[in-house]
Amino acid sequence: MADIRNDFAGIKSPNPFWLASAPPTDKEYNVVRAFKAGWGGVVWKTLGLDPHIVNVNGPRYGAIWGADRRLLGLNNIELITDRPLQTNLDEIKRVKRDWPDRAMVVSLMVPCEEVCWADILKRVEDTEADGVELNFGCPHGMSERGMGAAVGQVPEYIEMVTRWAKQNTRMPVIVKLTPNITDIRYPARAAMAGGGDAVSLINTVSSITAVDLDVMAPEPTIDGKGSHGGYCGPAVKPIALNMVADIARDAEMAGLPISGIGGITTWRDAAEFMALGAGNVQVCTAAMTYGFKIVTEMIEGLKNWMDSKGYERLDQFIGLATPNVTDWQYLNLNYVTKARINQDMCIQCGRCYVVCEDTSHQAIASTKDGKRHFEVIDAECVACNLCVNVCPVEGCITMEPLAAGAVDTRTGKVVAAEYGNWTTHPNNPAKVAAE
Amino acid sequence: MARGFDGADIQAGRLPSAEYEANFADLHPPLSGHEALVAADRCYFCYDAPCVTACPTSIDIPMFIRQIATGNTAGSAKTIFDQNILGGMCARVCPTETLCEQACVREMAEGKPVEIGRLQRFATDHQMAAGTQPYTRATPTGKRAAVVGAGPAGLACAHRLALHGHDVVLYDAKPKPGGLNEYGIAAYKTVGDFAQAEADYILSIGGITLELGKALGREITLDGLRRDFDAVFLGMGLGGVNGLKIEGEELAVSDAVDFIAELRDTKDLSSLAIGRRVVVIGGGMTAVDAAVQSKLLGAEDVTIVYRRGQQDMNASLYEQDLAQTKGVKIKHWARPVRVIDDGARRGVEFEYTRQGAGGLEGTGETFVVEADMAFAAIGQTLEPGGLDIALDGGRIQVDDDYRTSLDGVWAGGDCVSRGDDLTVTAVAQGRDAAEAMHRALTA
Repeated sequence: MADIRNDFAGIKSPNPFWLASAPPTDKEYNVVRAFKAGWGGVVWKTLGLDPHIVNVNGPRYGAIWGADRRLLGLNNIELITDRPLQTNLDEIKRVKRDWPDRAMVVSLMVPCEEVCWADILKRVEDTEADGVELNFGCPHGMSERGMGAAVGQVPEYIEMVTRWAKQNTRMPVIVKLTPNITDIRYPARAAMAGGGDAVSLINTVSSITAVDLDVMAPEPTIDGKGSHGGYCGPAVKPIALNMVADIARDAEMAGLPISGIGGITTWRDAAEFMALGAGNVQVCTAAMTYGFKIVTEMIEGLKNWMDSKGYERLDQFIGLATPNVTDWQYLNLNYVTKARINQDMCIQCGRCYVVCEDTSHQAIASTKDGKRHFEVIDAECVACNLCVNVCPVEGCITMEPLAAGAVDTRTGKVVAAEYGNWTTHPNNPAKVAAE
Repeated sequence: MARGFDGADIQAGRLPSAEYEANFADLHPPLSGHEALVAADRCYFCYDAPCVTACPTSIDIPMFIRQIATGNTAGSAKTIFDQNILGGMCARVCPTETLCEQACVREMAEGKPVEIGRLQRFATDHQMAAGTQPYTRATPTGKRAAVVGAGPAGLACAHRLALHGHDVVLYDAKPKPGGLNEYGIAAYKTVGDFAQAEADYILSIGGITLELGKALGREITLDGLRRDFDAVFLGMGLGGVNGLKIEGEELAVSDAVDFIAELRDTKDLSSLAIGRRVVVIGGGMTAVDAAVQSKLLGAEDVTIVYRRGQQDMNASLYEQDLAQTKGVKIKHWARPVRVIDDGARRGVEFEYTRQGAGGLEGTGETFVVEADMAFAAIGQTLEPGGLDIALDGGRIQVDDDYRTSLDGVWAGGDCVSRGDDLTVTAVAQGRDAAEAMHRALTA
């Protein structure tokens, strides 16, 4: 059986599944339940200065669902902890003492003054927690007060505060990043420049999930008004994967540990983040949807998959997919594929035909000998993959590469065996001259 | 061997040969991969899920379904086998409509439960096809246990004992293992010799020696087993049959269990003779299995007669529907009085019944169901076999740890007082008895 013990920036845990800083890690009771259920670690819900903040007393969450009410995305306007600092610190100390093998990381958010950071870091150290996470991510509420995403959106602030943190503690410092920026590499590089030991991402995405058309206000609605929240859950996973990959493949940040966050719901999601370079993962929405027990599925599923692939330890597959993330300009333009419809599997719904006909390249025929029959017209097919994506039968439509030497009937050109990309393409005005 | 009335219309080959295959095909065909994902997607992953509570073996149903949904089919099978090593058979024969699927919250919400039974089959079939068990035996303990009866209880007990490192000798009176899984369940519920494949799969854990054709009180004795082994488990089921105790019974009434066993043992079903008209007396699964299979063999008129009302039948509503869909007629509130074969009429005479103040009573009014064959399916009894052991209600008395009145002897399955004649309950008892035996053996 695969060994999934995790060492993230020097913080050890029995598995790579941590609970992210969020409502599930707000207090001792929840965290103890999580550890009993098998979670490898937690990032304690963000601590701030006293007097502690307050939350709204109306709804804090909004959501979007699939047709069977499967929760796909959650939006929240809850702020950082609304309990006294010392209460949290006492509980953290007790839980760490009782659960020494689990990772205990404490999320922090205080004003941008060094004295504030120095003070709270000292107090967290006394709990014997394993590390801290700087919350530069929350996009709602706290950002209006110059904290959270307001810091995370300014690389100079990130670097400055990270440096203060490093100068005032021996604990590993993880910097949590907001996705509400244009290029994730800048804030990540700033965290590294400030001496941060690792980054974690993504925090939630600024969002309005829905509008109540009766009261004409965004949801969740508090006395007729709403405020943007932070979006999370399965819906944000693609955004998070891309940002993780952007950092993982950035030469300047080679070796910087990344804790992957964003819609992780199953072992497979976790494996995908780690394949792209995340050293471990943090989970929140899945736990808030199904309870802590889902970690069992994540642990067993990850182990079974690793066994089936022959990976004995996490580091044997972490980052394996990173080198295969590249810029568009380096994609092989000589790789030609055509859609193929498996007639035995086709259920004759015609969705492939209508989307190709209406919105794409008119590359699928709908009749043959006067009968309903869907077949790809190679001379028109640009291999866009839309038919594969809309087909309800998995595996019915596939993209099949043309062999080198074959003629692409759409272009009339012979498929070249050698790799060729945009940088050397004759249509590229800035092409690199062939030597 | 079921024989029916002398000189009655009883024939083999009533149907064209192709029809036999179609009639005895899988009742619930397996889910495809896509169907399994769609079915799994409907599970809500409930907290303290009612389906788990309803399962006699307490399988973590939401977990195994989630594992199917996430593509971890091997993990899903392990979740099932951890609780129920006969999960494959139970997926086929459990009356899920009165157990897990009845408890499913979506049954309450929409009258359409998650298809737990078929999903369980999907996962267990997958793992059994891989041919490997997700377990390795513990270090040998040097202890030896005898298990009597290779039915669901005995197989579950033997597997769990072997898992804990004990050496097991598993005895069965019949020439094949499986017990009622092999001999007592309608063929269309377990096609493709599944009972044998499952027994082979369970035995592949190692450490279990199978001794077939050895019956308690015949080739082996309880005294001998207690002398030769460190622990003994009795799981031989109920070998005896309740008779109707009516006039003329010997003329034509056969035991439905024997009929089902004979059918299961027949390779070419067109060689099996069946009456043109068949009457089955009883109200449980065995009655339905015998009646439906009579019909599938080509009987023209098949009638089940049960002494109480529809809601009292042990056969689930689903089973009753199945029988009626196959063309079986079910008559309630009548009990057999005598068997008639007077030249003019052959069949069974019944008296109408009603619920009286002192219990079930006859109304005095009678009718005759004409038949060429008659089957009794009114329950089985423990064959005493010279056992000097405490009984309770005619079955072996056991405590919460499945200990009998004899030192070093445990029991489970249909032969014990806590049995309820379900495969899945027998599995749970065999498993739990093995855990109790393990505790005693390692104390």
